[in-house]
Amino acid sequence: MARTHTVGIDRIACDGYGLCAELLPELIELDEWGYPVVGSAPLTGEALGHARRAVAACPALALRLDRAPERAPDRKPAQRS
Amino acid sequence: MTEAMTDGRTALAAGDGRAGMLGPHGSRLLHGWYATGGPAGLDEHLGRYGPPPFPRTADAADRLIRAVEDAGLTGRGGAAFPTGRKLRAVAAGRGTAVVVANGMESEPASRKDETLLDLAPHLVLDGAALAAAAVGADVAHLCLPHTRQDQADALREAVGERQRVGTDPFPVQVHELPHHYVSSEETSLVRWLNGGDARPLATPPRPFEKGVGRRPTLIDNVETLAHLALIARYGPGWFRGAGRADAAGTTLVTLSGALRTPGVYEVPMGRPLGEVLDVAGGAAEPLAAVLLGGFFGSWLPVGQALHVPFAKQDLASLGAGPGAGVIVALPARACCLAEAARVLGYLAAQSARQCGPCRLGLPAVAADFADLAWGDPTPELMRRLEGRTGLLAGRGACRHPDGASRFAATALRVFADDVRHHLSAGPCAAAGHEPVLPVPDTPVPADREWR
Repeated sequence: MARTHTVGIDRIACDGYGLCAELLPELIELDEWGYPVVGSAPLTGEALGHARRAVAACPALALRLDRAPERAPDRKPAQRS
Repeated sequence: MTEAMTDGRTALAAGDGRAGMLGPHGSRLLHGWYATGGPAGLDEHLGRYGPPPFPRTADAADRLIRAVEDAGLTGRGGAAFPTGRKLRAVAAGRGTAVVVANGMESEPASRKDETLLDLAPHLVLDGAALAAAAVGADVAHLCLPHTRQDQADALREAVGERQRVGTDPFPVQVHELPHHYVSSEETSLVRWLNGGDARPLATPPRPFEKGVGRRPTLIDNVETLAHLALIARYGPGWFRGAGRADAAGTTLVTLSGALRTPGVYEVPMGRPLGEVLDVAGGAAEPLAAVLLGGFFGSWLPVGQALHVPFAKQDLASLGAGPGAGVIVALPARACCLAEAARVLGYLAAQSARQCGPCRLGLPAVAADFADLAWGDPTPELMRRLEGRTGLLAGRGACRHPDGASRFAATALRVFADDVRHHLSAGPCAAAGHEPVLPVPDTPVPADREWR
């Protein structure tokens, strides 16, 4: 696996439908109100496929797949070039 | 105090001979106030510091950014992010940059930005204009809460005066925004300046990539910009004449609670917290704990707090940070749990109500905490509260739930004895006393009040 992926959530868009936890139980659980709690396990192999399906299925379009590393401002200039 | 003053003076004398620039406690930003006892107008400001040295070429702009990097200046709005690195990221962005000076100061226990803007408005305006020149911006905004109408008028007047004298390439635009707790968050400023609500946005993109008008946007706290204005004049070596190698310069602090002379002061970074409190006359009565960073901050037990240096690295080891320099000394007579419960109620009411954890989780934590402080708490309630508190962090568009989670978690840890007492005997007598922390009695903002 050349790249590690992480799941990102637009927390404003998320309405707590909970499909992501159904489709990607390896990584996502729901809190007592049905909003996702994302684990820290790396997404590889089969789980990556589940993640893609979960992203596609989210009714609020709130789920996305990010390529790690992510978005600290200090890393940005390097990424840009 | 004397150590930093001496260091600062030596550095100054070696630099350009401005040996008289430092006021009491090695103050720089507040030096003018210590000298005259009043706000500094443009004449006085230019007499003291000279005109802002604008970079005229791309090389000179790069040197200014390098100076800020070498100075080790970090953001004074709470995150303590290296300012030079941010300048460089914005300067390297695609498209013409925008500068935003953040003077919103929504922390109820903070007064330092308001004080700085009152006493040394031209240092802030210098800093905004210089930062704009450094990153190649063609517009600079200064964001203030609409509750400080007089200050906004005074700053518009100051900008007008600068235009008449011809200090700056373009005038800083002064704006008055809604005054809610999360309206000072940087994406709230971007959203409002773009015509929307002063509520946080989901990231990415971060403002330094795509902010105001989808352009690279530098957002800095007003105090940070004032320091930048002095670094541009006197250089990184001078800036490092106060503070420590890894915590450079001075910082404004708002000291309140059970202190003899509470107020806004300027202190060198890296001082033990006890010495910082001594600047405000020290404790006026026995203390129980110190709240560091305001409502977005952490509780520290007083024994631990007084010895820890006021610097990001040292505070991080205790799960705290310098924040925006808000330090509240909580007296031993107060009910710590009632104090914390009131703050959590405020934080819950002040959320932007956009994300699940803030709409549902945070109010639940606040309600549990209120039960702990004033109700009949059970071990079961405590387990639920701890679980809910732990689940807030990292699950919002902005850091509001993270701040509330840290506030609640450190309160439960530092006040563990009080928790046990409330569990076994119910509310203590002090739970009904007059609050120490200044929790504003503001209603939940209506939807239209965010614009």
